[in-house]
Amino acid sequence: MTYVLQQLLNALQVGSIYALIALGYTMVYGILTMINFAHGDLFMVGAFLCFVAAVTFNLPFVPVLLLSMIGVAFLGVVIERFAYKPLRQAPRVSAIITALGVGLFLENFTLALNPYPKQIPQLLENTTWTFSGLSVSSLQVFVIILSLVLMWILDLIVRRTMVGMAMRAISWDKTVAPLLGVPVNMIISVTFAIGTSLGGAAGVMYALAYPVIDPYMGIMVGWKAFIAAVVGGIGNIRGAMIGGYILGAVEIMVVAFMPSTYRDFIAFVLLLVLLIFRPYGILGKPHPQKV
Amino acid sequence: MGANGIMLSIENLTIAYGNIKAVDNISLEVNEGEIVTLIGANGAGKSSTLRAISGIVPYSGRIRYRQEDLRGVAAHRIVAMGMAQVPEGRGIFGNLTVMENLKLATWQRKDKGDIPKDYERAFGIFPQLQKRRDQLGGTLSGGEQQMLAVARALMSRSSMMLLDEPSMGLAPMLVRDIFQVLCDINRAGTTILLVEQNAHMALSIAARAYVLETGRIILSGPGKELLGDSRVREAYLGVDA
Ligand SMILES: Nc1ncnc2c1ncn2[C@@H]1O[C@H](COP(=O)(O)OP(=O)(O)OP(=O)(O)O)[C@@H](O)[C@H]1O
Ligand SMILES: [Mg+2]
Repeated sequence: MTYVLQQLLNALQVGSIYALIALGYTMVYGILTMINFAHGDLFMVGAFLCFVAAVTFNLPFVPVLLLSMIGVAFLGVVIERFAYKPLRQAPRVSAIITALGVGLFLENFTLALNPYPKQIPQLLENTTWTFSGLSVSSLQVFVIILSLVLMWILDLIVRRTMVGMAMRAISWDKTVAPLLGVPVNMIISVTFAIGTSLGGAAGVMYALAYPVIDPYMGIMVGWKAFIAAVVGGIGNIRGAMIGGYILGAVEIMVVAFMPSTYRDFIAFVLLLVLLIFRPYGILGKPHPQKV
Repeated sequence: MGANGIMLSIENLTIAYGNIKAVDNISLEVNEGEIVTLIGANGAGKSSTLRAISGIVPYSGRIRYRQEDLRGVAAHRIVAMGMAQVPEGRGIFGNLTVMENLKLATWQRKDKGDIPKDYERAFGIFPQLQKRRDQLGGTLSGGEQQMLAVARALMSRSSMMLLDEPSMGLAPMLVRDIFQVLCDINRAGTTILLVEQNAHMALSIAARAYVLETGRIILSGPGKELLGDSRVREAYLGVDA
């Protein structure tokens, strides 16, 4: 019993990070029907900004988090403006290739500056509590709660504010929104800023939990978060959150009962099976596409 | 108002999609306070003209609103200048509630304090919408969606409204209601450019009309006069002249 609880807690922690990254994929897809394949690498940049802020500038945790989020958001907005926007009317494959190229650029640029993996110092005091066999680390609890708070804020923005309303409207029909006075390009930039900043926050939390970082860390995590977004229903914000936690749970459960090398294999197979039965994901709906 | 009270002036407008010329060198004017209609068959170029005015398709020629050249002005800025469009097919956001659809149209307004009063006005004109205010736009009937589309344009408090076939797909009763609302809105001070295939209704409420055929204006004049014109009667009113 405690073993299951222990694994559940681990699943929540990993799942929180996947969920935060998955949100970035799903928000961008929702508004542009485009997969930002550089998003996993933006997550990696978040982890490296965490290193720079913590080691080079010797800042405490809160400014580290804010700096990473803002830095990654800025990068995300710049990438959209200069790499993706010119391709909005181009065939979809051009945008995909460009995104992959941007990702490779980010990896290799980071590699050029950091030829060796970096060690993140301990930014937060980490105490471990034990309740009748169940060990809970304060870092774990912190990652889970901070992620939930960020997702709650995002949910409020999307559901309750004018900007969120505009995001939803644009995801339904991009051509009508400007006729009502909605500045579409500005909303797209805001969407990129919010989506990528969540990826940056995930990068910081990942770096706290697994403190050795390298420029390729975003590839596998990025793919998994992308799959989490698809499982939840790409374009659906609550779906991305659910997908992230499901993926975290599947992964941890596989490791708990099988050799750990089976982890990714079984996780991906389960997700493929789910997509056979629910091709639009858990919360996704076939959207009446306008041409 | 400006010289001669001209609200919207279009000179030598040409719109091409690739090699296809959808609109070929047309000119037209809308005076302040008028209802002007642009009628024509399928594919004549009516929607393209409205899209150019609203700044969402590229064009050559000159479009001026209250003397200001609209070339290069972003679509949402044109709304801020006071011109709203009810697009073809209504353009309701199916994933937003009725209330949210209305609220979104207030994006460019500076007088945020007056907005609650305008919801009341919109619901006064379309009482059905009030009952459905928390329902998703996608769940409304076609007629209700058209009401919502007009109400939404009202919420932007624009001085000029462009409407693209508001009668499309509606029962005759409802068409009359919508046209009555357009007359009321116009009497309250909104200038209207109305695109229609329902030539009879459009010509009977319009001060002036233009007839568009395969991208060219082939006829123009007072609405009542065109109603009696043999060519119009033959081609657009289904009457043997
Ligand atoms: N996005 C586009 N790409 C290519 N051709 C287009 C496009 N939009 C319109 N056209 C063409 O331009 C011409 C004019 O179209 P437009 O939609 O302006 O006509 P319309 O008068 O509004 O017709 P309807 O009454 O059917 O709405 C048509 O021949 C149409 O096929
Ligand atoms: Mg049309």
